[in-house]
Amino acid sequence: MGRYFAIRIGRAVLTIVLVVTFAFVVLRLSGDPALMILGPEAPPEVLAAFRKAWGLDDPIWFQYLDYFGAIAKGELGRSMRDGRPAIQLVLERIPATLALTLPAFVFKVALGIPAGIYAALHRGSGIDRAVMMTAVAGFTVPSFVLALVLVLVFAVQLGWLPSGGQDSWRHAILPIATLSLGGAAVLARFTRSAMLEVLGQPYIRTASAKGVPWRKVVTSHALPNAAIPTVTILGFMVGSLIAGAVVVESVFSWPGVGRLLVVAVANRDLAVVQCILLLVALTMVTSNLIVDFLYGFLDPRLRAKGAHA
Amino acid sequence: MAPLVSIQGLNVAFGGVPVLRGVDLALGKGEALGLVGESGSGKSVTWLAALGLLPRHAKVTGSVRLDGRELLGAPASELDEVRGGRVAMIFQDPASALNPVLTIRKQLCETLALHRDLSGEAVKAEALRLLNLVGIPDAVRRLSAYPHEFSGGQVQRIMIAMALAGNPDVLIADEPTTALDATIQAQILELLSTIRREMNMAMVLISHDLGVVAENCDRVAVMYAGRIVEQAPASQLFADPMHPYAQGLIGALPPLDGPRRRLTAIPGTVPDPAHLPDGCAFAPRCPLAAEPCRLAVPGLAVIADDRAVACVRAEASRRALLGIAAE
Repeated sequence: MGRYFAIRIGRAVLTIVLVVTFAFVVLRLSGDPALMILGPEAPPEVLAAFRKAWGLDDPIWFQYLDYFGAIAKGELGRSMRDGRPAIQLVLERIPATLALTLPAFVFKVALGIPAGIYAALHRGSGIDRAVMMTAVAGFTVPSFVLALVLVLVFAVQLGWLPSGGQDSWRHAILPIATLSLGGAAVLARFTRSAMLEVLGQPYIRTASAKGVPWRKVVTSHALPNAAIPTVTILGFMVGSLIAGAVVVESVFSWPGVGRLLVVAVANRDLAVVQCILLLVALTMVTSNLIVDFLYGFLDPRLRAKGAHA
Repeated sequence: MAPLVSIQGLNVAFGGVPVLRGVDLALGKGEALGLVGESGSGKSVTWLAALGLLPRHAKVTGSVRLDGRELLGAPASELDEVRGGRVAMIFQDPASALNPVLTIRKQLCETLALHRDLSGEAVKAEALRLLNLVGIPDAVRRLSAYPHEFSGGQVQRIMIAMALAGNPDVLIADEPTTALDATIQAQILELLSTIRREMNMAMVLISHDLGVVAENCDRVAVMYAGRIVEQAPASQLFADPMHPYAQGLIGALPPLDGPRRRLTAIPGTVPDPAHLPDGCAFAPRCPLAAEPCRLAVPGLAVIADDRAVACVRAEASRRALLGIAAE
């Protein structure tokens, strides 16, 4: 048991190191922040001074070690645009993002899981087909298309809701709806296939053969087994609470972490981008760890494997 | 005496393809009935259909009565009382027949709570008694274990304990030892026979292994392509099989004593249920098939006390068998 989690925690740390390294390398290879921030007309000596000030003229391996050393001390650097600490810029934006992603998460779960279970239990019925068609549509339509369609219908045509901005709770409705619909579709599909898989297992027939009423076969025999694959996708959704709304925030001009990321990447504001990526990696890895703990809780076979591994 | 279970004209079709074609079968109180036949002959489907355990798209018609009460089309609540309470069933692959995420205690006590008026400590005491009865060592500690922590033979013992939990009148054992190795097979069959005698419970032993059936059953029904083709007391069937298919099955068994002889094989394969031949389904593989065999499906005709056979050439086949034996 202890070893099962020790291995996973080690893996989580390694994942974070890899993500940070990857972000560091790619950002430095993809453009010169001095040019991006000061503009191509800036005099060469100004550019050189900027590079020197931010340490951009050091060898890349030196910058890399320097960067890791700073992270170890808890320093995540300053924004090259306004000189404020990057972490402060990012933390300011988190509440706005969570205001979209948290309610969206609740709606995804509340819509997607029951729809998937219902569809599986009534396989082949009209409702099953309707749920699956909606789910495939929600699954395949990219979120920016869905966002634009919603804006077109509810903001432009009907004029019921604003098309962008963050002035009142009404501004949050369309972005939340966009996030919820796509996520609910994914969850419905996953839950349905997980349930169908479980319902075809011999132990379900055993439960019926014992005289367990069907409703109870579903709740106490099928659902605990179907929860195992469903938890994986839920973990992924929890992991993307911080940065899962990049596209939607951009479409609706919602001032969250996602928009900050887009602007920072465009400007090669290195410290801000790295700070966001580190945060995303941390939330992803943490939620994956929680999922691993939950697996051990939900599936006794995994607990045993971990103990003997 | 009226039979405990009486199946009449049972038909089952999957997606329009008939897999059971009018099965008639009776089971007396405390009787051990063997049901033999090749894979796909409808042995398991007969009992899954009787208990309403087939998937919803299966079309089931006919009649299945338990103590005179019709089970086909009975409301779910009534069936739930019968299943596990009066008729219990155990299955071929014990490893996948128990729920992997629930403890043995949970799965065993669930049956006890459903079918017996027990509560609290009494449930646990009864669960322990059952585990001891089926020979699970260290039952107190192992109640809280999960199915994957037991061996295949032990899981089948637990399945048997679960089946006994409702004090059933009938136990349907669907290939209970096929997935187990030979020594464990013998132990499980021994356990089933002992329990059956002690509890005076009827048992249906579904198997493709004639040896298993011969040792453990009073009466045997042979199935072929969704029909019963011969029924007889076990000793008579093995000494004097009448249907050419039954003869073929027994001819393929090595004799335990007497002179060694060449084993015979039944030529051909089981027909596809969607494309059964006209007349007797066994005719294309039958060494004695004649013109009338291809014209009409022979009905199951009673030819002596306790004996019935569905073959127009039964007499000829019996003579042929005796002729061979005399050589």
